[in-house]
Amino acid sequence: MASTAAAARLDEVSAYAPQSTEADLEVSGLGKAYTPGRNVFENVDFTLRRGEAVALIGANGAGKSTLLRCCVRLIEPTAGTVRLLGTDLLSVRPRELRRLRSEIGFVFQRHNLVPRLSALSNTVHGALGRRGGPAYWLQSCAPADLRRRAIECLRHVGLADIAGQRADRLSGGQSQRVAIARALMQQPRLMIADEPVASLDPVAGEEVMELFVSLMRRDGLTLFFTSHNLEHALRYADRVIGLQAGRMALDAPARDLRAADLRGLYDAG
Amino acid sequence: MTPADAPAAAVRGLPPRMTMPSLPAFLAYLVVILFLVLSFQGAGWSFEKLARGLPSVGDFLSRSWPPSIARIERIAPALLETFQMALVGTVVGVLISVPLGVLAARGLSGNRILYTTSRALIALFRTVPDLIWALVFVICVGLGPFAGTLAIVVDTIGFCGRFFAEAMEDVDKGPQEALTAIGASRTDTICCTVIPAAMPAFITTSLFALEKSTRSSVIMGLVGAGGIGLELKVAMDLFEYREAMTIILLIFVLVLAVERVGNLLRRNVLEI
Repeated sequence: MASTAAAARLDEVSAYAPQSTEADLEVSGLGKAYTPGRNVFENVDFTLRRGEAVALIGANGAGKSTLLRCCVRLIEPTAGTVRLLGTDLLSVRPRELRRLRSEIGFVFQRHNLVPRLSALSNTVHGALGRRGGPAYWLQSCAPADLRRRAIECLRHVGLADIAGQRADRLSGGQSQRVAIARALMQQPRLMIADEPVASLDPVAGEEVMELFVSLMRRDGLTLFFTSHNLEHALRYADRVIGLQAGRMALDAPARDLRAADLRGLYDAG
Repeated sequence: MTPADAPAAAVRGLPPRMTMPSLPAFLAYLVVILFLVLSFQGAGWSFEKLARGLPSVGDFLSRSWPPSIARIERIAPALLETFQMALVGTVVGVLISVPLGVLAARGLSGNRILYTTSRALIALFRTVPDLIWALVFVICVGLGPFAGTLAIVVDTIGFCGRFFAEAMEDVDKGPQEALTAIGASRTDTICCTVIPAAMPAFITTSLFALEKSTRSSVIMGLVGAGGIGLELKVAMDLFEYREAMTIILLIFVLVLAVERVGNLLRRNVLEI
């Protein structure tokens, strides 16, 4: 029932198309090689406009996760430029890099929650990008307004009633919802998600993806996500970018594509 | 091929059960065995002396039984002091070991010089025996329990610093990546992800350190660094074996109690 309601809500917002021409992320000639001459990917160019949802697809090893990480310098690219929220990401100093990162939410495939801490403490951690210190380490130390906001974020993902439960006692779906709540707590402008539902069963994956995208669109956030689920890519993205053997093989509006068109990206070579 | 030949053929296809060591490996084994034999000589190992000495154990036991509690009012405070030295030394040592362990953990310290220095410091604290540290601190701060407590602090840092660093290196890197990605500082990331994840290892290591410190604090008195060891030495020197037996039994009870409580707490921590 909840799933149907979420789908209906999503249908209402899925007609959304980015009105802005302002770029949140501009990638130009980007490349990464761990060893010289062996590129994970190369010559990648694309732009993410504000409010746009873009899916990045490609076979295992195509370089999707590395590309996402290069976009926030979790991995240093070896070629090209990245302009994030109008700033040249590759030339900024560590303090400025941290400030820029605080504007970017990042949801990982494996949730990456701190297992021994509560869902609420994990959600409070979302505020660490903007302000740090012991008051943000545990929910029990956090100021009242921060705890209230964290509970609100958990309510958005439907988990306010289990805020005190430890992260390692949550199901996979619940853990990913907490990870989304942590990202919401951050109040980001751009959200990056690396296969956010890949570790979930199909039903939980569908629910989490619907919830995730509806929250992103509610807040008008730019969304950049990877997925092996081609239906997700076509349904939840405005645009699909395809990587094949480390090169950009596709950049097209999702409405013009069918799942069958995308299968070629998964052919060897 | 007859049916009788079949098993032989099957065996021929298998790899050999044993491989002959190479000549250098064979020589190395030989050197190790020779050195072990020589070490028994160097250590003065003698079954004859052992056989001759065994009756003396019986003699010691008969002269030390029943234990004497005539000086219990002096021994009991010394025992309490021994445990207090162990407790304070361990707590202070553990508190210093956490930041030192962070600096000595690969990938966390963020500075090569700090990493190498903290590793070297921990190695120094670990490799020099606690009794030698006690002698050093007796020279520095004088006779008494403070010198022994400082020796236990240093010994605890050597023990916990290494294990804390290894525990922090082994935690899942995912949560660290998640907080780094949202712009959290290194300190916030370590305090929010690494330390909570390594906490069970911290607690169990600290409890082991307390057990170790309790045993160490017993012998600190032998070099004048406080605790019940001094009482034991005096009793032995004066041939007061019944009093010495009382002290030995009390030490046994103390160490056993600390171990039992430690086991209980460890079990609870691991179940959490």
